Amino acid sequence: MTTTAVPFRLPRANALVGGLLVGILALAAIVGLLWTPYDPLAIDFRARLAPPGPAHWLGTDDFGRDVLSRLLAGAWTSASIGVVTTAAAVAVGTLVGILTGFLRGWVDRVVMAVNDTLLSFPGILFALGLLAVLGANKWGIILALSLAYVPTVVRVVRATVLSLRERDFVAASRICGNSALYTMARHVAPNCIAPLIILATVMFGWIILAESALSFLGLGVPPPAPTWGNMLAGSRPLIAQAPWLGIFPGLAIALTLLGINLLGDALRDRLDPRMAR
Amino acid sequence: MLRFVLVRIASALPTLFLVSVTVFVLIRLMPGDPALIMLGDLADDRSLADLRAAMGLDEPLPAQFLIWLGNVAEGDFGRSISTNEPVFGLILARFAVSATIVLAAVALAAVVAVPAGMLAAWRQDGALDFAVVGGATLLLSVPSFWLGLLMLLLFGLKLGWLPVIGYVSPGQELERGLLYLVMPVATLVLTEVGVIARMARASTLEVLRLDYITHARAKGLSEGAVLWRHAFRNAFAPTWTLIGVILGNLLGGIAVVETVFTIPGLGRLLVDAIYARDYPVIQGCLLFIAALYVVINLVVDLCYPLFDPTVAA
Repeated sequence: MTTTAVPFRLPRANALVGGLLVGILALAAIVGLLWTPYDPLAIDFRARLAPPGPAHWLGTDDFGRDVLSRLLAGAWTSASIGVVTTAAAVAVGTLVGILTGFLRGWVDRVVMAVNDTLLSFPGILFALGLLAVLGANKWGIILALSLAYVPTVVRVVRATVLSLRERDFVAASRICGNSALYTMARHVAPNCIAPLIILATVMFGWIILAESALSFLGLGVPPPAPTWGNMLAGSRPLIAQAPWLGIFPGLAIALTLLGINLLGDALRDRLDPRMAR
Repeated sequence: MLRFVLVRIASALPTLFLVSVTVFVLIRLMPGDPALIMLGDLADDRSLADLRAAMGLDEPLPAQFLIWLGNVAEGDFGRSISTNEPVFGLILARFAVSATIVLAAVALAAVVAVPAGMLAAWRQDGALDFAVVGGATLLLSVPSFWLGLLMLLLFGLKLGWLPVIGYVSPGQELERGLLYLVMPVATLVLTEVGVIARMARASTLEVLRLDYITHARAKGLSEGAVLWRHAFRNAFAPTWTLIGVILGNLLGGIAVVETVFTIPGLGRLLVDAIYARDYPVIQGCLLFIAALYVVINLVVDLCYPLFDPTVAA
């Protein structure tokens, strides 16, 4: 074979850089919640559109609000929406996936028909439709995005459960006289954790991206509350005069997504036996 | 072969039906009088009463659904509350714009990404692999609307090479129209190229491990012949499926890029309709895009026998 020497331990570098970037996001989110250099909502027309400098490290926007403070506050908004939405989608999806995968029969068929229908809506289209009904605000977004991502979780969990239930240790548990419910909770559910961790990590990234895209479209958390997406939207008309308004929020989203993607790759290398070399 | 095509088309019909049920139910979840929702707050009593009769609002819900589905099948998606134009005409005009951008972007991205991913897999863990995987992961993480904004800043404003605002249809004025397409298409190419390259790499890696590849090498074929003649056909199938998914995702999410470049596309139509609470347009866009996605997946599946003759058997 012509494989050259490994120049660099890729999985370990992925975990390191990914973990570092996600750690920075977590730190920024907590700092953004507790303390920011300026009040992220404080309007100061004397400091309107100030370029990055010693007083305002990342400059100010058209209302004279400090960009760094707004980025930190936005980190909390993005991270908290991401965590709550992912947790909700994973919790509901896991429950439905395990139940349908284990019970089979007509429940399974009905649930999967609904599930596959929801999966046949592309990307964030279903979330857009839900937002049209729910209204655009923080809880509307959380509800819309978690509903939009539940079907994906159901799919993954059900597939895992279907392959697990044919395994000998599950049959053994039933033969020992354990109930279906006990077997499900004690032997099937724990084995779904590895694929769920991978999925939840990747999904956290999708949700951060979807939330910022919706905010960018003006369908997210309403202004003046800062989110990375609505900061980018606000920068669009001013991009020629004040490029920093567009550069920094986008950089924050991109670095966060990069961290999550790298972490997801590292986890997959670690936890998914199919990826073993 | 004919049987495969017919079975596959028949299996898409229930999905289409369920998708239309979902869209119908979604809009009916809105509290309030559906006729009032469809005509907007400014409607007079006469037209409200007419619409109530036409929608069959006295009838049970399944009957209302069938009336709606019958109208949709005839291309009658209702009229926009804001402009009073027929919704279907609006959607078709805007769709032409979005489809041009999305198709051009996905085709270009695939042409670059598939060979890149295959070569990376061929030299797994080599310098090229490292560059492709690293570059792909980096591009995967850049949001399209930010990349578009940066391009606008650099090529539109700083360098002045490309037009910044607006859209000219290439059908009307070819040269100017193409100039307006460069940045949106390039943005989508760059954001999608990473996903496709990673998929092409992963599936090529799996195929290259199989015995028939070792056999092809053992009988003395050149690496190029092994890769293109033997590995490509089997390795391309998952990527082809992914391309279908990407087409659908882009149609559902293209509004952000259309917003950056102020392009009057389908995504923008939907988002503006959500702002304006223009429910006939929202309903029409949701149904149109979702149905199109089902059709795209159908076409993708129908193409499968081209790479893998065993599928149709």
